[in-house]
Amino acid sequence: MLDAATVTDRIEHILEAHQGMEGPLLPILHAVQAEFGHVPQSALPGIAKALNLSKAEVHGVVSFYHDFREAPAGRHVLKLCRAEACQAMGADRVAAHAQKALGIDWHGTTSNGAVTLEPVFCLGLCACGPAAMLDGKPIGRCDEARVDDLIAEARA
Amino acid sequence: MKDFIIPDRDFGTPAAKAKQMVTLTIDGFDVTVPEGTSIMRAAAEVGISVPKLCATDSIDAFGSCRLCLVEIEGRNGTPASCTTPVAPGLKVHTQNAKLKQLRRGVMELYISDHPLDCLTCSANGDCELQDMAGAVGLRDVRYDAVDTHFKPKNTSGEANPQWMPKDDSNPYFTYDPAKCIVCSRCVRACEEVQGTFALTIEGRGWDSRVSFGAKTDNALASDCVSCGACVQACPTATLQEKSIIEIGTPEHSVITTCAYCGVGCSFKAEMRGDELVRMTPYKHGKANRGHSCVKGRFAYGYASHKERILNPMIRDNIADPWKEVSWPEAMEYAANRMKAIQAKDGRQSVGVITSSRCTNEEAFLVQKLTRAVFMNNNTDTCARVCHSPTGYGLGQTFGTSAGTQDFDSVEHTDVVVIIGANPTDGHPVFASRLKKRLRKGAKLIVIDPRRIDLVDGPHVKAAHHLPVRPGTNVAVVTAIAHTIVTEGLFNEAFIRERCDWDEFQDYAEFVSQPNHSPEATELLTGVKADELRAAARLYAMGGNGAIYYGLGVTEHSQGSTTVIGIANLAMLTGNIGRPGVGVNPLRGQNNVQGSCDMGSFPHELPGYRHVKNDAVRSVFEDMWGVTIDNEPGLRIPNMLDAAVEGSFKGLYCQGEDILQSDPDTKHVAAGLAAMDCVIVQDLFLNETANYAHVFFPGSSFLEKDGTFTNAERRINRVRKVMAPRNGYADWEVTQLFANAMGANWTYTHPSQIMDEIALLTPSFAGVSYEKLETMGSVQWPCNEAAPEGTPLMHIDGFVRGRGKFIRTEYVATDERTGPRFPLLLTTGRILSQYNVGAQTRRTANTAWHAEDLLEIHPHDAEVRGVKEGDWVRLASRSGETSLRATITDRVMPGVIYTTFHHPETQANVITTDFSDWATNCPEYKVTAVQVSPSNGPSEWQLNYAEHAARSRRILPAAE
Repeated sequence: MLDAATVTDRIEHILEAHQGMEGPLLPILHAVQAEFGHVPQSALPGIAKALNLSKAEVHGVVSFYHDFREAPAGRHVLKLCRAEACQAMGADRVAAHAQKALGIDWHGTTSNGAVTLEPVFCLGLCACGPAAMLDGKPIGRCDEARVDDLIAEARA
Repeated sequence: MKDFIIPDRDFGTPAAKAKQMVTLTIDGFDVTVPEGTSIMRAAAEVGISVPKLCATDSIDAFGSCRLCLVEIEGRNGTPASCTTPVAPGLKVHTQNAKLKQLRRGVMELYISDHPLDCLTCSANGDCELQDMAGAVGLRDVRYDAVDTHFKPKNTSGEANPQWMPKDDSNPYFTYDPAKCIVCSRCVRACEEVQGTFALTIEGRGWDSRVSFGAKTDNALASDCVSCGACVQACPTATLQEKSIIEIGTPEHSVITTCAYCGVGCSFKAEMRGDELVRMTPYKHGKANRGHSCVKGRFAYGYASHKERILNPMIRDNIADPWKEVSWPEAMEYAANRMKAIQAKDGRQSVGVITSSRCTNEEAFLVQKLTRAVFMNNNTDTCARVCHSPTGYGLGQTFGTSAGTQDFDSVEHTDVVVIIGANPTDGHPVFASRLKKRLRKGAKLIVIDPRRIDLVDGPHVKAAHHLPVRPGTNVAVVTAIAHTIVTEGLFNEAFIRERCDWDEFQDYAEFVSQPNHSPEATELLTGVKADELRAAARLYAMGGNGAIYYGLGVTEHSQGSTTVIGIANLAMLTGNIGRPGVGVNPLRGQNNVQGSCDMGSFPHELPGYRHVKNDAVRSVFEDMWGVTIDNEPGLRIPNMLDAAVEGSFKGLYCQGEDILQSDPDTKHVAAGLAAMDCVIVQDLFLNETANYAHVFFPGSSFLEKDGTFTNAERRINRVRKVMAPRNGYADWEVTQLFANAMGANWTYTHPSQIMDEIALLTPSFAGVSYEKLETMGSVQWPCNEAAPEGTPLMHIDGFVRGRGKFIRTEYVATDERTGPRFPLLLTTGRILSQYNVGAQTRRTANTAWHAEDLLEIHPHDAEVRGVKEGDWVRLASRSGETSLRATITDRVMPGVIYTTFHHPETQANVITTDFSDWATNCPEYKVTAVQVSPSNGPSEWQLNYAEHAARSRRILPAAE
């Protein structure tokens, strides 16, 4: 568990590196997520103070973007598209299959910490639905078999 | 909240300030409005209400609710009328079949996720969602409420993860997410009106929720300062006053003036019968422009607190318990004792203290009591201990003892200098207006030993913070003048035209001396020379420069000198006589300006005219039919000294707690204990009453008519909304007492007292209740030359003729640090508490501040072994007390800070009796002290608490 003092120490260099930047909040949040694997709540007051913002404002921004995580993800993140085009191509079925195969619900992480499953709304791959993304790599035509492959790959 | 009592139309968007006018047609009516006005507001100007939910005229348009759609001929689609500005010749339709259908569709969606419990809802009858459902003719909702935010459980009895419980952590209002329509009005009000940014919308889409602070905060734990702006803006019952939930909606309202700080906000006291339901800021109040703070908005419960005394009481000896008596008996007893003292010890042996909390009329009567009935000039007021140097300093340099601007002036300021004031805590509504201006680009310079909230906070950052060592203000101000003069930044044209050139040259020669340079004074003041020079250049060259200052300037041995130095700076740079500039004292109490105006000082008759002036005295003598003493009387410290010596024996003290608020508590106690008759008039048995022989119960500001004068010289009406619970308004009590002493006063309404004031005082000559009724408020001087009052002073010339530059030589205070007392203590206030706390300690405001804390820098704490929350002993040459410490780098090493709101702490046991050279204003802001760990309250505190409990005993009423 991260304590607040550690977080404060570790975000200091991030805040310094972004000094003088215009519109620095999102780049800072990305850097914090890169540092910790998530954006710890205890980082918000320090970020707010450095930018002359309130902690409510920073919280508003962090919570707006689903990709800023509150807690660390598993070693691999599998995102399955839930948007209309992919739904038309059977995304719901694929999603149910993936949940069953992993034994977790949306936003869950397998008990061994290997895979986190996230819903996503449109990856811009509508022509090759159902679409998925594993650790940032987009995957088209992701049917049940392909999901099984991906899960096997991630668990390995 | 809608204003359903007094039709107080919500125009939907703020007024535009452009001079260019635009004419358009709305629903066939021609409308002419300033450029930049929204179509919604233009429609409202001709009485057409476009349905709306997310718009209200205290905040900028947002365009999210999609209810205010209109059609404009020749334009595509249906734009939102709140975000669409007017343009010449537009033809707008606010109602047609298409718009009706669109609006109904939008309302259906809103209502599908809103509980339909209107009849039992606390906002029933006061809900804009309800109104809009009616306005758009909603009859049916086609959508089933399956997935909702408002049902705690779904149909199969499982908990609904979208449902959030009510947050009732704030003592005054609740946040019920189930009723929220996410219109963002609260978030925007917190940002735009209050400037705290405590609220946000978390998540997005269906998950969007209003959130106080970050994820784990609630309303109380967040940055929320409980100003009430969000509650005011909420269209539903989501943010709702607890008093409305308990009582119900009000049925009538009365416009009155807040009785807390010197901002003097106008409020609507919303009533049900004679029960106060809530106080809401009045949109047309010229001091506050519809805003409020936690004190005025919510902290009025003290008026009905169980500790309030409602019957007169007497006792022969202060060691005896109190005995409740009738009003006539109390009057007779008090008058007999005072008469006996005067008969034995002479006419100068008694005096009065007027209250800065009471009305102008009441202060006037109390000073009249001493001048026309006691026949001496022994009158003083608590301005002695706060802004008396302001009166002296500005009187000498400009010719008037008051601030030069109105509060609206801040909207035109480019550079704000704040010296020795903490507006976000002491004058919160002004601070919000200031922060609004700062967010629009004005620059800020803060001169204060402590890093106040304005130095660095959400969307405010001071360009320069000069952390001055307490007691060296004069050196800093003179160094700023040095920079302006030696770098040639002064406004020569202004000085030649408006000031005395010879005096300027003398002053310029004085400040140019190298020993006044920032570099030379750096070691003394602790302010870095380059920072000070940069600040001086910014003030002189940054456009409209305005100085706002507080008690951190005045409460020093050189308080008057600093005020003079500040006036010099404004004259040097020509920052006087137009909007956006000026010298503005932030007065502490609601009517401290007024009580000074009313002749509360021992040397001045009403209107700041010296008692030595025969012509002035004769005006009063003719009217009152008495001979007025031509020698100035005693100031508060002189009264106490004389009491200890045995020549001053009787005091009538109205609405002031000198024992807690005046310096060197032990000396005050000794003075009071030595008197034969102390009469205290107050709502509560305050600390001074521990030494009183007669107690007249006072009335609250809700129970009387009168006027308060705020820091911008604005005379505001105070209106009676309920009968005095003690039987008489304070002015009636003074009249009863005066008549018991042999006077024959026959006032039946405070308006008659104001008429007398107007007759006697040139600067009030044009003031009457009729004028206040029609104009709302008026700023003095109000006379034949300025029948509408005077928002800005010294426009064409100074009141005294030519502005006077006076040398400001720095003389160090005699209060010095040394080996025994190495730290400097300075004192201040906190937002939720007010002065001695007699009122706010008796409200739920204690949720924010339950005790006084000592702020100490980590370095000073570490060497003394003090940890966060420890009890520490605080000792000075005068005395010692104990309180808890909090460790913070807001204060610099060597300086510690505390508040003085709680009698248990008695911070004034520590403060010394050093005072301002000109006015005796005590040096509260500098005391040499030592801090050491302690186990709890000191022996003195325990003794004091025991003594206070003993002297507050009241005999049970006779059977």
